[in-house]
Amino acid sequence: MLAAEAIKGPSIHYAGILPMLILFGAACLGVLVEAGVPHRRRFPVQLGLSLAALVAALVAVILAADTDEVTASGAIAVDGPGLFLQGTIIVLGLVALLLISERTVERGGAFVAQAAVTANTDADRDQAENQSGATEVYPLVIFSLAGMMLFASANDLLTMFVALEVFSLPLYLLCALARRRRLLSQEAAVKYFLLGAFASAFFLFGIAMVYGYANSVQFSGINQAVRASANDVVLLYVGLGMLAIGLLFKAALVPFHVWTPDVYQGAPTPITALMAACTKVAAFGGLLRVLYVAFQGSVWNYRPVLGTIAVLTMVIGSVLAVTQTDIKRLLAYSSIANAGYVLVGVLAVTQEGLSSSLFYLVAYGFSVLAAFGIVTLVRDPDGEATHLSRWAGLGRRSPLYAALFTFLLLAFAGIPLTSGFTAKFGVFAAAIKADQTWLVIAGVITSAVLAFPYLRVVVLMWLSEPAETTPAVSLPGALTAAAVTIGVAMTLLLGVVPQPLLDIAESAVPFAR
Amino acid sequence: MSGSLFLPILVVAPLVGALVVALLPKDRPALAKQVALGWSLAILAVVVVMWTRFDPGGDRFQFRFTGTWIKAWDANFTFATDGIALVMLALIALLVPVVILASWDDAENSRRSVPTYFALMLALESTMLGVFAAADVFLFYVFFEVMLVPMYFLIGAYGGQRRQYAAVKFFLYSLVGGLFMLAAVIGLWVLGGETFDWQKLLAADFSTGAERWLFLGFFLAFAIKAPFFPFHTWLPDAGSAAPAGAAALLVGVLDKVGTFGILRYCLPLFPQASKYFAPMGLVLALVGVIYGALLAIGQQDLKRLVAYTSIAHFGFIGIGIFAFTTQAGSGAVLYMVNHGLATGLLFLVVGMFVARRGSALVSDFGGAGKLIPVLAGVFLVAGMASLALPGTSPFVSEFLVLLGTFTVNKPVAIIATAGIILAAAYVLWMIQRTTQGTLNPALESVTPMKKDISRREIAVVTPLVVLLLVLGIYPKPVLDVINPAVQATMSDIGKKDPAPTAEGAR
Repeated sequence: MLAAEAIKGPSIHYAGILPMLILFGAACLGVLVEAGVPHRRRFPVQLGLSLAALVAALVAVILAADTDEVTASGAIAVDGPGLFLQGTIIVLGLVALLLISERTVERGGAFVAQAAVTANTDADRDQAENQSGATEVYPLVIFSLAGMMLFASANDLLTMFVALEVFSLPLYLLCALARRRRLLSQEAAVKYFLLGAFASAFFLFGIAMVYGYANSVQFSGINQAVRASANDVVLLYVGLGMLAIGLLFKAALVPFHVWTPDVYQGAPTPITALMAACTKVAAFGGLLRVLYVAFQGSVWNYRPVLGTIAVLTMVIGSVLAVTQTDIKRLLAYSSIANAGYVLVGVLAVTQEGLSSSLFYLVAYGFSVLAAFGIVTLVRDPDGEATHLSRWAGLGRRSPLYAALFTFLLLAFAGIPLTSGFTAKFGVFAAAIKADQTWLVIAGVITSAVLAFPYLRVVVLMWLSEPAETTPAVSLPGALTAAAVTIGVAMTLLLGVVPQPLLDIAESAVPFAR
Repeated sequence: MSGSLFLPILVVAPLVGALVVALLPKDRPALAKQVALGWSLAILAVVVVMWTRFDPGGDRFQFRFTGTWIKAWDANFTFATDGIALVMLALIALLVPVVILASWDDAENSRRSVPTYFALMLALESTMLGVFAAADVFLFYVFFEVMLVPMYFLIGAYGGQRRQYAAVKFFLYSLVGGLFMLAAVIGLWVLGGETFDWQKLLAADFSTGAERWLFLGFFLAFAIKAPFFPFHTWLPDAGSAAPAGAAALLVGVLDKVGTFGILRYCLPLFPQASKYFAPMGLVLALVGVIYGALLAIGQQDLKRLVAYTSIAHFGFIGIGIFAFTTQAGSGAVLYMVNHGLATGLLFLVVGMFVARRGSALVSDFGGAGKLIPVLAGVFLVAGMASLALPGTSPFVSEFLVLLGTFTVNKPVAIIATAGIILAAAYVLWMIQRTTQGTLNPALESVTPMKKDISRREIAVVTPLVVLLLVLGIYPKPVLDVINPAVQATMSDIGKKDPAPTAEGAR
């Protein structure tokens, strides 16, 4: 009798974690599909399963909208920001999934059929030309998305670490699966994996340090310890610093950004889009929760350090973007700089800071998905033409896609009537309100620098004469067209009528404790 | 949503026109031109109706319209116009049809889409009208930035040599200014009680330091836009690379956003800081007057020359603004209108010369008056108006600026007078080298040079020439509209005199 009472399980708010359960379940099912369904029918089955799971998870998130509690013995927080981030990851993941599933632009899709075939052999060339892509990507993507959701909702450091690994490992694999330029793709995956493993190790070490200080890995426990503990604060600061390394790495903030351009360039473009949109949301979700909930008491200590990192990120991202000659690398540096702008909002450490960061992540996610979607369409017989010189005169060959891309570039540059402007306005306003004007000054200066590479692309597309080698834009399949349309439409909508999303973001704060 | 619909219509109608024109078939360029011209004339008609309904003795802001936009930030679609904005709206509405008519063949020569060119013109008109009609700081900022996009494509796609360089330079300069203004706009919003409503912000109080920083944020954007020395280097490039019509709009209207912004935003919202920085403003303006004129004298390229004269003229406007007297202020606003007419005309006529000769170099002309006497005559009129000859309207405004400045700041007024002499030098020398003297033999072999002014070109220059002369003799209708608004602006500065504080207290 006694024993039975003692091992009573923790109470779990099943409705609140249903979105994650659905996705983890669907991912496991996807693995079974790979094992049991005939090869030819796997693609539609996997696609249907993944889409259905994402939609179901989205519905579950919406149904759980007003929940605000910490559940599963304090391991998971089901609260406004967490659910907002989960919803964001699902919706952006859905759009990315459309790009991933495109199979008409390139025969058989952007993914290799058998990743184990040695690159640049005859067998490899044969599969690049003739075989349709692997369907393993679907369970991998769904596992990754579910891991991101858990990462954004984790309420203790150990759960967070597990989630970090769950969403990272599939991404490492996905990076290596490009159909074309496989050596580049594999190199990107190895780089990402090695550096990611280092970052994870730092994160784990940091957990140990913080546990040593706070005697707890739960955020509420750490929060109390930060306010009241008599332990040596060196443990706390070293621990926080190491945790930050793991988080900053995933969010691609300087000086932990060096992997970004290589990985973004080497990975299959739909996966790059997935990383630029969803991983960023998850990473900042985790960062926000750690900074706002666990270490809120140390704000005076971490703000100058992270502020400096934000400034460095914006400066290095924007300056290096100027020198790029490859569109994917350019967008990679631009995503680094944009991470800096989100961090400006995060560092307000106020309710406005939280809601404006959330808004920024959504706005940027849609724009970047659409931008990479268009990158997948600009191709020649050898695959995507990503070198900038190949984009010269694109406006003449394909005015529609050049116009859409121009619009997205203007959004990245923060021109009003695009989501880029409203998002920047939000984070800058939050920062000024919190007396962090220096971050805003750095933000506007780097925005001006960053406008230059964007303009250069606009000039190339519209004002340069088409070269002999200018590739045409492929006629997109329905899926890519849908993804690009959604991304561009949201970029416009959030720029012209941001109020609904602002309301949602505002009602999502604060974190549950 | 409530209020008079005039201003929203003015902003939306050209945009709709732009969409219509853009969607017209590319193989029927004539249709696109006619629709664009008709549309812009209809907008001119609306502005004329507004002018007749505007009551100069009534409220400061009239035709007010308010609609909710972004509730969370209290940003609204608030449009309203005072006398200063009204004359600028009228100037835009007048210049756009004139420019469309003047640019009739420009787009064909560029081998690019003709409907797109005219659609961009109308889109530009929409944003220009919006920036002057906005009475909400956020809305103003939106138009201020979006305005860059159509102009960027007009210069970059339809311009002459070095158009890409000029377009990017134009965009980046303006964007840098705009982004600093964005920081100031946000600061204003935070410190001014989280509202963007101009009227409410007028009542806000700031600490001395904050007010100065906010002033500088706005002023930098406007000084680049205007442009004042030393932020002027983009203008000669943009002015010479842009097609003549776009250049006329760029210098005639777009740049006025800078001086208008100082009058509407810097002075009333930050009165103490305006007084504090007024000497700096005066010095920059004065340097612009002299420096712009000297550089204009040295130019070999007609379009660059006209662009540099504008820098000198903007110096005069700046002096008028920072003299802080009603006379000088009214003179500055009237100068904005007259400069739009005179320099617009000058740019368009230079464009006609360049279109005939295929070159903008002064040395490629010489004695052109013998071949095209009427056009050379119009050129002379434009030049005389530009150097503010009595009898032309710029004289009235220049005189008012100097008079108003002399009463409070004699040295500035005296030095500025030197600018008049320099203006005579660059205009007369330009005219002498291009249209007077012995005929350049090379000109005779250029067939188009033998064709004097066409009917279309007469239709282009007539309204501008007539207005320059009529307003030169009888400026009262315009001054009546301007004066109350300028008086109100001056009282905004005056009424918030500082409470006595200890020296050095911040």
